[in-house]
Amino acid sequence: MILYFLCFVLFLVGLYGVITRRNVIKIVLGICIMEYSINLLLILIGYVHDGVAPIIVKGSAETNFVDPLPQAMVLTVIVIGLATTAMLLAIAIRVYRKHGTFDIREIKNLKG
Amino acid sequence: MSALIPFFVILPLAGAFAIPVFSGYWKNMGKVLTPILMLMLLALSVMFFFRDSAVFVYYVGGWELINGVPVGIQFVVDGLSVLMLSIINMMAFFASFFSISYLKKFTGDKYFYALFCLMVAGMNGVVITGDLFNMFIFLEIAVISSYALVAFGIEREELEASFKYQVLGGLASLLVLLGIVVLYWKTGSLNIADISRVLKQEGSSPSLLFIQILFIAGFGLKAAMIPFHAWLPDAHSSAPAPISAMLSGVLIKAVGVYAIMRLFFNMFELTYEMSMLILVIGTISMVGGVFLAIGQWDFKRLLAYHSISQMGYVFLGLGMGMVILSVNGNKAVAVMAIAGGLYHMVNHAVFKGLLFLNSGAVEYKTGTRMLKELGGLSENMPLTSTSSFGASMAISGIPPFNGFFSKLLIIIAAVQGQFYLMAALAVLVSIITLASFMKVHRYAFSGNLRFKDLKKFGEAPFSMLFSMLVLAGLCLLLSLLIIPVFRDIFLTPAVNDLMNLLNYSQPIIGV
Repeated sequence: MILYFLCFVLFLVGLYGVITRRNVIKIVLGICIMEYSINLLLILIGYVHDGVAPIIVKGSAETNFVDPLPQAMVLTVIVIGLATTAMLLAIAIRVYRKHGTFDIREIKNLKG
Repeated sequence: MSALIPFFVILPLAGAFAIPVFSGYWKNMGKVLTPILMLMLLALSVMFFFRDSAVFVYYVGGWELINGVPVGIQFVVDGLSVLMLSIINMMAFFASFFSISYLKKFTGDKYFYALFCLMVAGMNGVVITGDLFNMFIFLEIAVISSYALVAFGIEREELEASFKYQVLGGLASLLVLLGIVVLYWKTGSLNIADISRVLKQEGSSPSLLFIQILFIAGFGLKAAMIPFHAWLPDAHSSAPAPISAMLSGVLIKAVGVYAIMRLFFNMFELTYEMSMLILVIGTISMVGGVFLAIGQWDFKRLLAYHSISQMGYVFLGLGMGMVILSVNGNKAVAVMAIAGGLYHMVNHAVFKGLLFLNSGAVEYKTGTRMLKELGGLSENMPLTSTSSFGASMAISGIPPFNGFFSKLLIIIAAVQGQFYLMAALAVLVSIITLASFMKVHRYAFSGNLRFKDLKKFGEAPFSMLFSMLVLAGLCLLLSLLIIPVFRDIFLTPAVNDLMNLLNYSQPIIGV
């Protein structure tokens, strides 16, 4: 149980980073940490104690398999996370070129 | 007919792939192909209205049920999905047709059309899928392409708005994903109908409450309800006008409102607390949005704040229906409230899309969208001005236009369900909306021309005019949905599928 709880703590660490950091790159890192914590939670959910890989071979009497679905889901989430992070960083680079700073306190043309 | 369902995703995905690849051979590929594809999708979705069976199920990859348990992904088209599909593809057609002239200001239009198709594919996917994780993937496809489209102008404002939108959108996606993961942990299934069956056996528990809060926060961020609204005015006002029309008109509905409706009506059991939460959030958005809107001087920013307010009406209608259903109140009132919410959602797509296209035409011709710098446009752009007038009347709820009837349904339901405060607020917000659109017309369209160089301005080009005038006609035509004959075809199946759990789950898992 403590592991699941620590995953959630990791999620909150990422959220804290997104909320309190003022550097654009650190905000991106915060989002990455949140995503990894969810991946970790997914893998933990699929884990079965003493389980083996879910490959059914003729003649084997093994029935204690780990859940393969969360592993497939983690792969998908990693790919989506790659797209999100690449997009965020691409915009961050463009923002840096236009504004000359990574500090979000100075990037505030839009308000009201 | 269920074999046609995957084409809602296949066609726009194929377009998104083909346009950048083949644009090298034929420059106008995107311009020609995108509106044609969207028109085909629109025809396909309208065809589903006149269907013989209530719910269609398509098994992706041929993975059918094994012992009554779904093992693969299923695409499900029921009354609500058809309604959403038709408004998504209708707005996509008009926005892509509008872009033909609008994109002359930009370079790289093949990327624009590719991302546009990708966004439509994602939204259609969210609406037709019956699998939670699959819904998350389609949601990400839709929003990632919309992040790129918001930043399409790559100037200071666009980049800043896009970054804000991405951080908050990414946060929302992760909250939704966490909710899905915990729900999978709890129930061992990802299929919406299957999860509802498992949850019904288990009853309520604290973890279920946690999941529901995660979903409301995640999808509420996507739908820009008031505590979560900060990104919307920036993103929607910085995007190119056709994209603003898509984002405000359908994206916040497809990935926000639709998901909340589907999950809270058809998956979770309705509880009084959650229904009340949605109702209160809707009311706060409705009132807060309009007060934030009336002080704006930027045309698109004003419209963006009005989106928050009008989505508040939708949530108000749905929330009232949920509250009445959860305490086993009068079913007829609940039907009216939900029908009013859905009807207002359709209407909002049409008139808000039209208003954003109007602002795009004005910006295209004059180069500015600050209301104080505009003026006297009704002489130079009479058709744009007329269509904008129609949309303004519709959004403020003036009788012959569609907005009046949907607001009327919501207000009558509120009075009959004894939500007197909500009814009074709905009327008040409608009046303030009228005031703020009087301001738009006073400053932008009537009065004296404030530009010296008269020759620069004329009516907008044909493709813009066509989209705007047809949408203005639809603003009037959609009033017909209040008549029972048309309501039974378009709205009633959606309301029935939302209210009766069995309507949705029976064809999928048989229980």
